[in-house]
Amino acid sequence: MIRIRNLTKVYTSASGTVKALDGINLDIERGDIFGIIGLSGAGKSTLLRCINLLEKPTSGSIEIDGVEMTGLSPRELKEMRKKIGMIFQHFNLLSSRTVRGNVAFPLEIAGFDRKTIDEKVDELLELVGLTDKAKSFPSQLSGGQKQRVGIARALACDPKVLLCDEATSALDPETTLSILKLLKDINEKLGITMVIVTHEMNVIKQICNKVAVIEKSRVVEQGPTFEIFSRPKTQTARNFLKSVSISEIPEELKVKIKALNGNLAEGRVVKIGFFGEITAKPILSEVVKKFDVNANILYGNIDHIQGMPFGTLVVQLEGKNGTADSAFSYLRDIGLDVEVVEID
Amino acid sequence: MTETLKLLFNATTETVYMVAVSVLIACFFGIPLGVLLYSTDKGKILQNSLLNKIMGTLVNIFRSIPFVILLIMLIPFTRWLVGKSIGTTAAIVPLSVAAIPFVGRLTETALREVDRGVIEAAQAMGASPFQVITKVLIPEALPSIAAGITITAINLVGYSAMAGVIGGGGLGDLAVRYGYQRFMLDIMLYTVAILVVMVQLIQVLGDLVVKYLSKNR
Repeated sequence: MIRIRNLTKVYTSASGTVKALDGINLDIERGDIFGIIGLSGAGKSTLLRCINLLEKPTSGSIEIDGVEMTGLSPRELKEMRKKIGMIFQHFNLLSSRTVRGNVAFPLEIAGFDRKTIDEKVDELLELVGLTDKAKSFPSQLSGGQKQRVGIARALACDPKVLLCDEATSALDPETTLSILKLLKDINEKLGITMVIVTHEMNVIKQICNKVAVIEKSRVVEQGPTFEIFSRPKTQTARNFLKSVSISEIPEELKVKIKALNGNLAEGRVVKIGFFGEITAKPILSEVVKKFDVNANILYGNIDHIQGMPFGTLVVQLEGKNGTADSAFSYLRDIGLDVEVVEID
Repeated sequence: MTETLKLLFNATTETVYMVAVSVLIACFFGIPLGVLLYSTDKGKILQNSLLNKIMGTLVNIFRSIPFVILLIMLIPFTRWLVGKSIGTTAAIVPLSVAAIPFVGRLTETALREVDRGVIEAAQAMGASPFQVITKVLIPEALPSIAAGITITAINLVGYSAMAGVIGGGGLGDLAVRYGYQRFMLDIMLYTVAILVVMVQLIQVLGDLVVKYLSKNR
């Protein structure tokens, strides 16, 4: 669907050159909700804006549905852009037009007749749940409602792709959830491919099936969301995961574990990360029986990402004559992510 | 007394005529000029540095010529354009020429205040530069443009007082010829009073229009 190869963007100014994107490669498939996460200044917005050529790439290739974007004439680009919807952090609605007028705007640009526009606008307003606000002006709406108008507007020309530039970053957590839910519904109902740029791991967790982590103008990690959440390879990804506090041990517990480690003659405090089918198995009781150890659960956390259970368990294993160590090795051998928790 | 009234009435009509027609002409040429000044600037939708420089310089030159001088300088041009170089209609030419760059700059300033993001959103939808101008820039900037036109109209009331130099008539001319040169203080005071009321009216009317255009924003 979207294929990005060796994409580079260099800004040249009087004070020198800045590399905003450095050799980006991405493959986004039809129907994906593809998340791009990074800190501010990492280049994620620039990357998104290169997809519809709001930013002109310095070099590299962007293909959408087999069409090379960088080689289009201005006229062809205009036509192509009509098939790429975009929503923005600050909504970017026309203050001079009503909700209805804003949603009709892209249809007017595309040159549809009045009747088609009216029908389409009604349909879209219903989709985003704003039928009763049709005659309101943007200034009379809440942030969430404004973004709904933005979404309706972006969907007006039946796009194949929807680009979301920090679409929920100006919204409160509750509104963010409702907007994300709407996006997910649209993705399922209309099969639109979405590219979502964000700095919030929660957004990724809620709706993205794939994610790319961007750091210092490069993609440092990418893959299925579940994969990144369960086995983050880079420190940047781990730092983002901390924000959704899913596999991090709380500070108070660390103090406790430190004390335990000091007193534990024979035993281990281990952290078990588990995901997927294995969560359904009674592993802990199995270990207790098999190795004759005591297991004391200190901390646990289970979440669902893309419908898959995912969790962390911190367990104190106690046993004599190295049984705790054997239990530890066993857990590792059956394919769990286990590590001895050492607190310094 | 009737004589005085007649003088005042005629002069007021002439001023209104000169100002109204000049404002219309100034808008007709000045607003597109402002759009061009804005959109040919660096990083804007019709970036063209050369055109932008040329227009900017011309605007600055015309704006720096004192109006009294401009009145005289334009006499040949006025004669070519309207067939005469004196009279109320003839005065409209220099008044318009003075007001066009003024409206141009004010329009440019108004357009600069339009949120970049909104323009970008339109571009992302595949809008052409012309569509961005007519469907985004001008509608979004309309209240500021209207405020600019109000300022222009008030300025033109002031400028029109100098139209007497080329026999343009109007209130300013009446005040100079009767009030000053013939020591008719009452006429001087009446013209000033009418001008004050006229400026007030333009401002109030302009404010109403701006308020109407920016309701719900």
